[in-house]
Amino acid sequence: MIETQELTRRYDKAAVVDAVSLQLPEQAFTAIIGANGAGKSTFLAMVSRLMPASAGRAFVDGLDVATTSGDVLARRLAILRQDSAVTARVTVRDLVAFGRYPHSRGRLTAEDRAQIEDALDFLELAPLADRFLDEISGGQRQRAFVAMVLAQDTDHLLLDEPLNNLDMRHAAGMMKLLRRAVDERGRTVVAVLHDINFASCYADHIVAMRDGRVIAEGPPEVIVTPSVLEAVYGIAMEVVSVRGYRSVHYYR
Amino acid sequence: MSSAAAVNAAGAALLALATASMLVGVGDLSTEILLASRIPRTLALLLAGAGLAVAGVLMQLVAQNRFVEPSTAGTAQSASLGMLAVTILAPDAPVVVKMLCAAIAALVGTLLFLRVLKAIPLRSTLTVPLVGIVLGGIIWAAATFLAYRYDLMQMLASWSTGDFSTVLRGRYEVLWIALALTIVAYVAADRFTIAGLGRDSAVGLGLDYRRVVGLALTIVALVTAATVVTVGTIPFLGLVAPNIVSLIVGDNLRRSLPLVAGLGAGLMLACDLLGRLVPYPFEIPVGTVMGVAGGGLFLYLLLRRDARLG
Repeated sequence: MIETQELTRRYDKAAVVDAVSLQLPEQAFTAIIGANGAGKSTFLAMVSRLMPASAGRAFVDGLDVATTSGDVLARRLAILRQDSAVTARVTVRDLVAFGRYPHSRGRLTAEDRAQIEDALDFLELAPLADRFLDEISGGQRQRAFVAMVLAQDTDHLLLDEPLNNLDMRHAAGMMKLLRRAVDERGRTVVAVLHDINFASCYADHIVAMRDGRVIAEGPPEVIVTPSVLEAVYGIAMEVVSVRGYRSVHYYR
Repeated sequence: MSSAAAVNAAGAALLALATASMLVGVGDLSTEILLASRIPRTLALLLAGAGLAVAGVLMQLVAQNRFVEPSTAGTAQSASLGMLAVTILAPDAPVVVKMLCAAIAALVGTLLFLRVLKAIPLRSTLTVPLVGIVLGGIIWAAATFLAYRYDLMQMLASWSTGDFSTVLRGRYEVLWIALALTIVAYVAADRFTIAGLGRDSAVGLGLDYRRVVGLALTIVALVTAATVVTVGTIPFLGLVAPNIVSLIVGDNLRRSLPLVAGLGAGLMLACDLLGRLVPYPFEIPVGTVMGVAGGGLFLYLLLRRDARLG
């Protein structure tokens, strides 16, 4: 269970995230949407303990992320950051194997190895497993990091723009995969998404942020409406229904 | 070539270099010369070479940059400044105490370097070592001023250019600390590699990032201080050895660290031998040879890596 109480981050006086209190649904896919600078990534970074909060608290399974030791949290919460540029030259398989570090502390068991191969297969990375990260494309590197996060085998996955660098085929593939992680493995997935249509078609729950505050949350039927989206993004939106999914047109 | 065969070949090359190092020198080979001078010199070369290469790779993982090492991050210069200060304040302190003071100064200098880096908003791969070189230059200027005032210029010069010609039994043993630290680095190899993935990934995997960086910098500072105190600063070794190994087997330290240490030791031996053989019966200090050979090799790696990435 991920819960925040009045979670706040200030730079000087301006609040980037302003007293956000949320309870995110368990074993569901939550998408966080909002314009640039709405505070989505900052919110996620505080929940995942990468950034200290200026005020308020965040809990994962009832554990305060600010005071719980890092290795305990690493077995409950896995995170994917926006920027996956890495200077260290490691192979895809090595990277995915590091996902098992919170469990194995570097001594891989047979079960660890099975999880690693499973994650590689899940992301269609098996043919690239022995390539170095600087020898593959940005999209492939992004998938390698997602495989690492999956190998970590935690109940909660927090992803900051997981569709970065991915073409349409791989973006759709990534969303299907996250959906499967929820449906087949009972994971809780929270992802910052810029593509409102992906959020609408795949998420169970959408949190809409603007100026550091949550201005609306609920299932896609409630959030993906012209009035809510215009309040979130500040531009005119047309919502149509295609095969039962709400789809947004805002291109011109 | 299989990796086991490669390791065997590398080991044999290292052994051959070490043997050559014990045989080369003015003066007839006697047991006394061997025990008092040739063996200590060879051991000192091996220990300093392995230690500096390991310090280089740790620094590169922590700074997330391929082109930093103790001599391009202000670490070596700070160690010299610390050594100078303790020589002025407590000239009679034992060498281990002096070395620890130099190590503390080295640590402070390296932390300052990382602090300055943090304050620079846009850093490209090449600005990072440039910042380190500028910072090292400033620290070096301060050291020179102090040394000039206290009439210690000669001493400062001996720390600035790596030279093994004065290594004798009883004068190099501090360097064994480099071996101990290399072993520590190997034990913690996974943690260092994960830290090299960047702070966010490391924290996400449950690593106590600050502690791991602290350990890495402590190792770097101690190795740098130990070499500066006994033989002086040796440039580029900490850059060249890790970069060559990285190209071949990557940066997973569990696999690469023994090769980094071995290559560092081998390059050091080779450069010292070159310096002893070329102007025979005179000597060129290894720091000078490494400056030329290592610098050239480094330039090659720089251009090659850029070509591959671009």
